[in-house]
Amino acid sequence: MAVASRLAPSIATDLAFEIEGLVRRYGYRRALDGLDLVVPWNQRVAILGPNGAGKTTLLRILATLVRPTRGQVRVGGLELPSQASAVRRYVGFLAHQTFLYDELTARENLIFYGHLYGLPDPSGRADALLAQVGLADRAGHRVRTLSRGLQQRLALARAVVHDPPLLLLDEPETGLDLAGIALLGSLFYDATGHLRTVLFTTHDPELALALADRVIVLARGRKVFDRPASELTPAVLAAVLRGEGEIR
Amino acid sequence: MSVTSLPLANRRSESRWRALAWYDWVLAGALFITFVAALYTAFLWAPTEAVQGDVQRIFYFHVSLAWLAYLSFFVVFLASLLYLWRRADHWDILARCSAEVGVVFTTLVLITGSLWGRPIWGTWWTWDARLTTTLILWVIYVVYLMLRAYTTDRARGARFGAVLGIIGFADVPIVQMSVVWWRTLHPQPVIEEGGLPPSMLVTMLISLLAFTLFYIVVMRQRLRIELMRDEIERLLEEAEG
Amino acid sequence: MSSFARQVRALLWKDLLTEARTRELLGGMVVFALLVLVIFNFAFDLRVDTIEAVAPGVLWVAISFAGIIGLGRSFILEKDRGALDGLLSAPVDRGAIYLAKLLGNLFFMLVVEAIALPVFVTFFNIGIALPELALIILLGTVGLASVGTLFAAMAASTRAREVMLPLMIFPIAVPVVIAAVEATALLLTRGSSSSRAGWIELLVAFDLIFGILSFVAFDYVVEE
Repeated sequence: MAVASRLAPSIATDLAFEIEGLVRRYGYRRALDGLDLVVPWNQRVAILGPNGAGKTTLLRILATLVRPTRGQVRVGGLELPSQASAVRRYVGFLAHQTFLYDELTARENLIFYGHLYGLPDPSGRADALLAQVGLADRAGHRVRTLSRGLQQRLALARAVVHDPPLLLLDEPETGLDLAGIALLGSLFYDATGHLRTVLFTTHDPELALALADRVIVLARGRKVFDRPASELTPAVLAAVLRGEGEIR
Repeated sequence: MSVTSLPLANRRSESRWRALAWYDWVLAGALFITFVAALYTAFLWAPTEAVQGDVQRIFYFHVSLAWLAYLSFFVVFLASLLYLWRRADHWDILARCSAEVGVVFTTLVLITGSLWGRPIWGTWWTWDARLTTTLILWVIYVVYLMLRAYTTDRARGARFGAVLGIIGFADVPIVQMSVVWWRTLHPQPVIEEGGLPPSMLVTMLISLLAFTLFYIVVMRQRLRIELMRDEIERLLEEAEG
Repeated sequence: MSSFARQVRALLWKDLLTEARTRELLGGMVVFALLVLVIFNFAFDLRVDTIEAVAPGVLWVAISFAGIIGLGRSFILEKDRGALDGLLSAPVDRGAIYLAKLLGNLFFMLVVEAIALPVFVTFFNIGIALPELALIILLGTVGLASVGTLFAAMAASTRAREVMLPLMIFPIAVPVVIAAVEATALLLTRGSSSSRAGWIELLVAFDLIFGILSFVAFDYVVEE
């Protein structure tokens, strides 16, 4: 597959994410307690669940920021944590924090990250992205002066600056207006128009069904629900989250 | 892999380490005997030193404690390296306990040094090479304990401690060198030590042995306590979860 | 340019640009260094005969304390905005992060020293051999900054972070302070140049050993 070969030409794999028995402990608390998850390429997965369910921890592990305590994690066939540095080139991550530098302008932030990712033309890429997220007129403004919503758009741009095939987004809808949410959907597609593989967490069932092919729910560090989005309505999903619906 | 995430079979071997075993009694007995011997030889059997008089007897303990302090911190150094390499919790526990014991020993070195110095030089403190180096050593490892205490996440505290444990120990010879050179430029009252007559040497060695056994016994009990504490926390966590 | 060097350059540029726009680090450091020099004047009631004995110590107290202020701030800023995670989730060599921070800290400390030195020379009425003094100051600053950058990264993740940094740096950096003060003193009093060379060698050795150790250890400090 074209996408797979970008990651590791010698590894032929159908799976973007392959997680088996993932456990992550903090002291004696288990943030993740035996999670199994398999995500094929080009799938958009929404991850929901109550606070403390382990959603953010899962994304941070996949973003190589946190080591698994136990279990197998493979990203595009590459093992974590041993091959973490290879994985980083192919993953884009949006966290609760924006990772933006207040004193640099929007454009400078993108150019900076462009250099870190080794892009051949960071300035060109920065300008293109700023246009795409609707920040072209604020390019020269310091991040400190931008509203939360605009910062979030810039943060999204930062997450895709290196045009990664894999995208991890932690509550990306935070601070976004309706136009921003539409933009979010468009960023699921890479520069050549292909769909990336996307994992995003959210608290909003409607957003989940609007943007995802598949919905999973985490609770207490485990996966308790896993259905294609087409089989669900917002009402059903909301019921599941409240603990009333069936668990599968 | 941490100790507590090992499969149940290995955890049972952990509980074996926690329990008092026959060698604990042997060690305790040996410790008692050698300590009595050390006290006897140091205070009664060894000859009185010509120049300094009976005050000199504290020297046997002062030097033994200093040796133990360095041993403790060497253990911290090794355990830190092993922790960063292997990431097993028991290396971290070893490092932490050895640092605690080492700080106690170092404090006693400073106190015995001061007590020894007062009658000899007339001052409670002098910036001679050994005392100064010991003082800096003391500060480094007190800071180590503070670092562990002030780091909120356990695993991070273990990692930070390991880094400081390695850098601190690597620094010791350099600190020693720089302090000795500095002292030759600014001479201070020194602790004179010529060669030791055989009886004093024997006393010294007995004292060293006694304190080394003391270190082993204390460390062993300390490790037992830590393993017990680990187990309790694990059980509490499982009960809640 | 290799990717490592490119990343160091980008990281360094980011820190220098931020400082140029806020000037929060340099301002504080410079004022603090000058303040130390002034206060010591009152603390020691400096007369002509005592000045030479006290001057080297005063200089290095000013340098180390001002330096610690800068070292502390550099990581606290990064940590507070969570930006370090942004760097860590990118394919950035951890060593590049350390090196860029080290070079940045070094640059700021040298700027402060360049400002404080003429003031020091004036206050203390000293005639000095400038090139060799510059060498001593450079080596001493590198020593402080190399372990200081590592410890700043650790301290930023602890409670009582402002306190932890000086507590970690000072005992470990004792050889640097002793060597730098003694070498400076020998220079001022035109003392033995072979002793001076010995101290300078000690500084070089410390800088090499602990520069490398800190570089390697940094990986373990920032990972999770």
